[in-house]
Amino acid sequence: MYGGGNTFEEVKTDSFSQEDPIKLAEFEARIERGEKIEPSDWMPQLYRKQLIRMIEQHGHSEIIGALPEGTWITRAPGFKRKMALMAKVQDEVGHAQLLYSAAETLGKSREQMIDDLITGKSKYSNIFNYPTFTWADCCFISWLVDAGAIVNQLANAKGSYGPYCRALDRICAEESFHLKYGHHCVIYLASGTQKQRDMFQEALNRWWPPMMHFFGPADKISIHTQVLMKWKVKMGTNDDMRNQFLDMYVPKIWELGFTIPDSQLKKNSETGRWEYTEPDWEEFKRVINGDGPCNKERLEVRRIAEERGKWVREAMKAPNQKYVSPLA
Amino acid sequence: MSNNAATIELLYKMADDQLILGHRNSEWTGFGPILEEDIAFSSMAQDKIGHSLALYTILEQLGERAPDTVAFTRKANQFHNCILTELPNGEYDFSLIRHFLFDTAEALRFELLKNSSFEPLAQVARKVRGELRYHTLHANTWIKQLGVATEESVSRLQGSLNVAIPYALGIFEESPFEKELITSGIFAGEHELKALWINKVEEVIGETNLQLPDWKLQTPILGGRIGKHSEYLQLLLDEMSEVFNIDPTAEW
Repeated sequence: MYGGGNTFEEVKTDSFSQEDPIKLAEFEARIERGEKIEPSDWMPQLYRKQLIRMIEQHGHSEIIGALPEGTWITRAPGFKRKMALMAKVQDEVGHAQLLYSAAETLGKSREQMIDDLITGKSKYSNIFNYPTFTWADCCFISWLVDAGAIVNQLANAKGSYGPYCRALDRICAEESFHLKYGHHCVIYLASGTQKQRDMFQEALNRWWPPMMHFFGPADKISIHTQVLMKWKVKMGTNDDMRNQFLDMYVPKIWELGFTIPDSQLKKNSETGRWEYTEPDWEEFKRVINGDGPCNKERLEVRRIAEERGKWVREAMKAPNQKYVSPLA
Repeated sequence: MSNNAATIELLYKMADDQLILGHRNSEWTGFGPILEEDIAFSSMAQDKIGHSLALYTILEQLGERAPDTVAFTRKANQFHNCILTELPNGEYDFSLIRHFLFDTAEALRFELLKNSSFEPLAQVARKVRGELRYHTLHANTWIKQLGVATEESVSRLQGSLNVAIPYALGIFEESPFEKELITSGIFAGEHELKALWINKVEEVIGETNLQLPDWKLQTPILGGRIGKHSEYLQLLLDEMSEVFNIDPTAEW
């Protein structure tokens, strides 16, 4: 999963006007030529700041996103699902590790990032502030939230910052398995008993609005950040990403015989773009600012895990510990 | 025929151990003290559940029910895992100590089984022992580090070790078939395994500031092998089968 790579905070684009104009021009020329920027290269402060924020939020989305699905590992029905879900959620935690490492190359430590997550200073993907009531909710995330994340991540993998792009390449390769796993689970629910079909339809009804929110506010109300597009930090507009997702997955959902809870949803054959009921952006803002169904719970779980593990981290720093060389 | 009953008993207790401890390990997903430990416990959980599936699959070939049915529909008193595996995770120190004590025994068990006269089990053992090397390597690395690091880490590990040892001795609860297993060359028996285990545990703990209790004064906590469990197992099983039991005939 899971990260959108979408940052929803306003960027002060005038803050790079004090940068050295020659260096800035070289930097922009490199990006224009399709070169990757590496950790030791010169970069504008705004670029560094924005990337840290974006990669960090993506990392947070992975570990917080592991919670709503992780809670179903112990309840997954049958060996096949249990083993696959464990492996999938483990991948997500692994992605957090990769992403935090990528963000660390820009000068912020993992500890600082996790502190900022727990205090609410930095955000994570809004969709994980919603609860997973049933196994079908878990299947929705595995299939469709991961699908949405792949749309974003494939775009961001073509960005300009080398370590983030390389992390995303690896992440996307794993995500493609998650997507297959999630789709497989949903196919079984769709072709199963009436109860199983109902379970997924109910999950779809619950998760569709947050799924539409997932790609961020509509272009007409979001802040345009030309400079971030030019620097290949942001690779596509929110509406483009949303449209791409709808294009790829709405037909698949319909194919399985489910109803998407939006009577306005249809593809305009002239523009080639999807039309839909405008998502409730007030709710989106409310939830991202802390007032969603699970915000408190998610951060509390993370805080408790950090607190309970503190003695282990302290012990790892102890001077009298022996280094045990790995045998393998 | 009696050989068959002996083999079935052996396979069930091993498979149930792996399933239940794998389940407990998986509960660490998202909650580890550091991300790397989250990932490590999740890896070991996957291995263990995979090992249990391999053993349940042999059982199915011997005429027992399908792995999903066996794992997801039995009641606690039909499980043969040792009680150590079903205890709640507690804090990381308890999970680590349990992982160390159990996997040391499990790695030795599969070492003994690699030449079992029961070929399907020998085959699984030869494959699994390679994976278990990483489990014991992981456990030993952490025990050796945390067992000397800080006052708190040593005292936490010591406390958990004291609690876990009597349960760990329950791993070696003998079955009515010990003699048959030994004479038919299927398995060297719990008695021999326990002796090897004590040596190995002493060797690793000897490199730390932790103290082992006097083995002679310990009373093993038994019962798991004959279906007498703590109250925690049924709760674990209820959770594990929650979705499966919505409709056990459905395909998920």
